[in-house]
Amino acid sequence: MAEELCRLSLSEVSSLLARRRVSPVELTEAYLHRIAARDGDLNAYITVDEAGALAQAREAEARLARGEGGPLTGAPLALKDLLATHGLRTTCASRILENFVPPYDATVCARLRREGAVFLGKVNMDEFAMGSSTEHSAFGPTRNPWNRECIPGGSSGGSAAAVAADLCAAALGSDTGGSIRQPASHCGVVGLKPTYGRVSRFGLVAYASSLDQIGPLTKTVRDAALLLNAIAGHDPRDSTSLLAPAPDYLAALGRDLAGLKVGVPREYFGEGVDPDVEAAVKAALNTLAGLGADLVEVSLPHTAYAVAVYYVVAMAEASSNLARYDGVKYGFRGPAGNLREMYAQTRTRGFGEEVRRRIMLGTYTLSAGYYDAYYRKASQVRTLIRRDFEAAFQRCAVLAAPVAPTPAFRLEEKLDDPLTMYLSDIFTISVNLAGIPGISVPCGFSAAGLPIGLQILGPPLGEPQIFTVAHAFEQATDHHRRRPEF
Amino acid sequence: MALTRDEVAHVAELARLSLGPEEIDRFTRQLNDILAYVRKLAEVDTRETPPMAHVVPVATPFREDRVEAGLPRDLALDNAPAREEGAFVVPRVI
Repeated sequence: MAEELCRLSLSEVSSLLARRRVSPVELTEAYLHRIAARDGDLNAYITVDEAGALAQAREAEARLARGEGGPLTGAPLALKDLLATHGLRTTCASRILENFVPPYDATVCARLRREGAVFLGKVNMDEFAMGSSTEHSAFGPTRNPWNRECIPGGSSGGSAAAVAADLCAAALGSDTGGSIRQPASHCGVVGLKPTYGRVSRFGLVAYASSLDQIGPLTKTVRDAALLLNAIAGHDPRDSTSLLAPAPDYLAALGRDLAGLKVGVPREYFGEGVDPDVEAAVKAALNTLAGLGADLVEVSLPHTAYAVAVYYVVAMAEASSNLARYDGVKYGFRGPAGNLREMYAQTRTRGFGEEVRRRIMLGTYTLSAGYYDAYYRKASQVRTLIRRDFEAAFQRCAVLAAPVAPTPAFRLEEKLDDPLTMYLSDIFTISVNLAGIPGISVPCGFSAAGLPIGLQILGPPLGEPQIFTVAHAFEQATDHHRRRPEF
Repeated sequence: MALTRDEVAHVAELARLSLGPEEIDRFTRQLNDILAYVRKLAEVDTRETPPMAHVVPVATPFREDRVEAGLPRDLALDNAPAREEGAFVVPRVI
């Protein structure tokens, strides 16, 4: 019984809780038991907060008994370990924050707490969200529940693996260049990156502030809408959060696709795309057409420059954001006799190699004499990438494309070759540069049995039409019902 | 326009990173690979294109100038590697 409870979607759990068919404590205990028994094989969790989760579950129970529950009251969730949780260690998968206990909640965590959600714990990621494989974690790599020799994707690999392996009902991650959508695709779950500014970034440890966005990783599209309902909306503590009121995203589910125009960007197919991925995505396009959508070919001509733009912009912002880790106010402090040495020892020993590499690249491209050639140039091409999407959305309501050019690769396969690793983000990165929303939904499997995701993109604040299309696709297929043997 | 080993060492100094000789060698190679790739941006004609630092046209949001509770000093110091008499402690500067 306990094992079956863990397999339910967030919406199913929500419904059972509301009807008092299961108690939040029973549910939380089932998950904690499963995590204790199984997570040793995956390493999805960095911190499991047994006591905190049970306390939240008991509170949720009391609230439901009073008839004051909401849809997330008692729902057991996992949080990417870069979201500040009051009183609960938040490491960013880094030695430098290994013992950091935030004195406040990120806005998304505060909102979920108010809803009565249960936080099972904090999940693994690439250090400071810098990576595509969850191998760059000071706490060791997370493994893919579909094949433990493979990466789960990254940087929100712990979130995706925990959802796929039924180690939580749903999770939050963050997406700077594909870090929600790519692991969702590799683990066969749903992952949404909202429009930039739709969800408050207050309390999200900053990587590249003009690109970072928090979003849900879930078992179904409905679950993603349910979770986005709880976290979307303006926050006076994040001056980049949008003022536009957030609609009820559940209302977008169940709509008809007849006559809806779905753009197919020609640059996202062909050379470099694994044949299994191409076949699964093309079959998905046929499914959408069968549901009444009109497929139109569109072009995003600057796609080939997106990775180059991203690695200039993101690393420049990262080198600036990570300047705050100096060993003075919080975090690890390196041993040293004088202040300057202390900074260097703190940062050299505290940051892992990928983080050091990105800080180096960002420091270089922002340094005197190189700014125009790199940062300014990249920011100009970023404008062109945004305009590509604006032009495409004149002709269609959403775009449909692959999430990643290949299924999950093997552990250590790309670890020694950073540029190759960066290039695996080619289909997700433009979306962050343009600030638009995108979702990954399961759309098939490779010959080796690894999941493949379909990416659906919308214009700014186009989450409702993304949900409409993703949900219609999901209901017409059964890829999301196939689960890893884990 | 290749990045030299000395330049990499200088950038490390600017970033307050203390890299060993092996890591400087490795970073010199890897950063040059990445920068060579990034230089394909030069192909794009951007003479008429304004740069975009941010996707949301952000106006400075104003709010009422009202005193709100801040983080109490003890809590702010809780995560400090070294503290004394309500202050952060660092190695001597002068």
